[in-house]
Amino acid sequence: MSAHAPAAPVGGHLMTPSMRLVVTLFGIGAAMILWRLIAGLGATTAMNDGYPFGLWIAFDVVTGTALACGGYAVAILVYILNKGQYSPLVRPAILTSALGYTLAGMGVALDVGRWWGLWKVPLFVWRWNVNSALLEIALCIMGYVVVLWIEIAPYLLERYKNGEHATMRRVARAAIPALKKASIWIIALGLLLPTMHQSSLGTLMLLANSRLHELWRTPLVPLFFLLTCVSMGYSVVVFESAFSALGFKRKPETEMLAGLAGIIVPLQFFVVALRLVDMGVRGVLGGLFAGDVRSMMVIIEMVLFLTPAVMLLSPASRRDLGHLVRSAMVMMFAGALYRFDVFLVAFNPGAHWSYFPSVPEILVTVGLIAAEVIAYVFIVRNFPILSGGGTAAPERQAA
Amino acid sequence: MGITRRAAFKAMLAGSAAVAGVSAATRPVSAAPLEAPADALGLLYDATLCIGCKTCVVKCQEANHLEPDTSGIDAKYNAPLSLSANAKTVIKIYKGDEGESYMKAQCMHCIDPACVTACMIGALTKGPNGIVAYNVDYCVGCRYCEIACPFNVPKFQWASNTPQIVKCELCRERLGEGKEPACTEVCPRHAVIFGKRAELLQEAKRRIAAAPDTYQPKVYGETEAGGTQCLYISHVPFDKLGLPTLDDRPAPELARNIQHTVYKGFIAPVALYGILGAVMLRNRRSADKPEAES
Repeated sequence: MSAHAPAAPVGGHLMTPSMRLVVTLFGIGAAMILWRLIAGLGATTAMNDGYPFGLWIAFDVVTGTALACGGYAVAILVYILNKGQYSPLVRPAILTSALGYTLAGMGVALDVGRWWGLWKVPLFVWRWNVNSALLEIALCIMGYVVVLWIEIAPYLLERYKNGEHATMRRVARAAIPALKKASIWIIALGLLLPTMHQSSLGTLMLLANSRLHELWRTPLVPLFFLLTCVSMGYSVVVFESAFSALGFKRKPETEMLAGLAGIIVPLQFFVVALRLVDMGVRGVLGGLFAGDVRSMMVIIEMVLFLTPAVMLLSPASRRDLGHLVRSAMVMMFAGALYRFDVFLVAFNPGAHWSYFPSVPEILVTVGLIAAEVIAYVFIVRNFPILSGGGTAAPERQAA
Repeated sequence: MGITRRAAFKAMLAGSAAVAGVSAATRPVSAAPLEAPADALGLLYDATLCIGCKTCVVKCQEANHLEPDTSGIDAKYNAPLSLSANAKTVIKIYKGDEGESYMKAQCMHCIDPACVTACMIGALTKGPNGIVAYNVDYCVGCRYCEIACPFNVPKFQWASNTPQIVKCELCRERLGEGKEPACTEVCPRHAVIFGKRAELLQEAKRRIAAAPDTYQPKVYGETEAGGTQCLYISHVPFDKLGLPTLDDRPAPELARNIQHTVYKGFIAPVALYGILGAVMLRNRRSADKPEAES
């Protein structure tokens, strides 16, 4: 870490031309959200009684939270495997996780029909159905959002420590040491909760039992969900690190990312091997050659899992930033497709049901992603998140 | 130190290993058939008797204060095409190679219902007489019950902005008034009858034994998905009636076993939490402080 300058605000103006586009997308999404709240789900979405889970669950929650597992993936590396050299990646990764999970939570709130009753889920303890994987996921995600914002709080408060605002200064000076002291147990919670709910997201669709296609219907789904959230988390870190370097004209952390890639390669091979073994043990391997849409999707998934692993096989290729980013994109897509498939493609409610997301559904999802980008850019410009500052002069130096 | 860290990482993966171990735990053991609640009530539908008059559909809508379902042709007629937010029961027809038959669909009132397993804070519960009952006060409209149900029964009020789940509750309010369910009360041919599950099962078997050439040699719902309280006998194969071919394991068994194995007594998560904290404490005490720069 000695090669890196301490984390500092990037500075600069928020409203660049590309940000204007992002803000516009957010505005459209917000209008669609309003429409959904006024007109209801039937009028604005393509979901139906055959496909009661649509884009908002399959993408915003199931895929979105996996993409938001950068914080989880980096925290395992830095705090458990004690690889301190990766610690400059912690702050941006936790920030993306906090934003990603917050927006996934908003996605859920829009998706449920009776959103005004959601508060009962965490509070009506005496009615908790411990058999429900969904209850566990809901509680874990709610808890994890809180944990992530607590983890990020010291970084956000840093700028107030010596600031002019007296109250904020007092809050910052009291809170930062307290949070640092408790940090181990907060971070431990931040590792436990994703381990629990990311695997349970896989358990979720196993309840559909016979209506889940046999190529995906295995007790190992929870394990595959856990492994994909780690690989997707890592690839988001690669992606984000490269784009922060590009967007904010900073020195890319290529060495570090190359190290990450080296860890991910065997994981990708392992996932594919385990899936094939699992299909073999369950005696459904022949289903791969059925030639229908579902069997093709499984084959595409596995090819996508293997592609980045092969791309990054030689250590030299891992040191090429462009190559890293391209492989990370494929890796992200592989995990996303697998999860998407379990929730939408593998699920078969019967021949006469069909689902394709409506325009408002898509625009809401795009709007939520836009909100995440806006918040990310705003926070890294104003708070000490990114380290290794290059040409852009930080406006305020963190203490 | 290295060994400790390695051990801890293994413990991290123990969560997933436990999940993997579940694959063994969830293999079908020689499953004894589930016992229905002693007071279980249900329906028996005899496809050979039904004439498709749909009186049950209309009476059900009336008794449950449902709007006419005009989703079918021309949007003029109250003619639900399948179970819907306005139809808790529906009559369908099968015409094909295996003959001709009507079919009544409604909630099967499973002995071990997947929808109840799904439901977060118990809006769906297995109530008195084994009736799968719905209480909107605890429903957030997540629709996980719709994913879970192997019979595709629960329906959602998509058109409403205060949507509820709609499904047959065996007219439990009418039962409280000493009446029988609306559909059985009005059936002119007694094609669908109401009673205790044990007695209905006996009656079903008696009918099959009395006319073995007429009936399929099986009572659908006796063991399917662990058994249901609504039972079917028919002259055409059950899959032709749209009843799914299911094994005898309770529908929610696989998912529930995983939850139970991984989270038994909440020991694994608490242990994992302790181990994670302990490893980080040791890491922090050791020379290389990961967050030293901030």
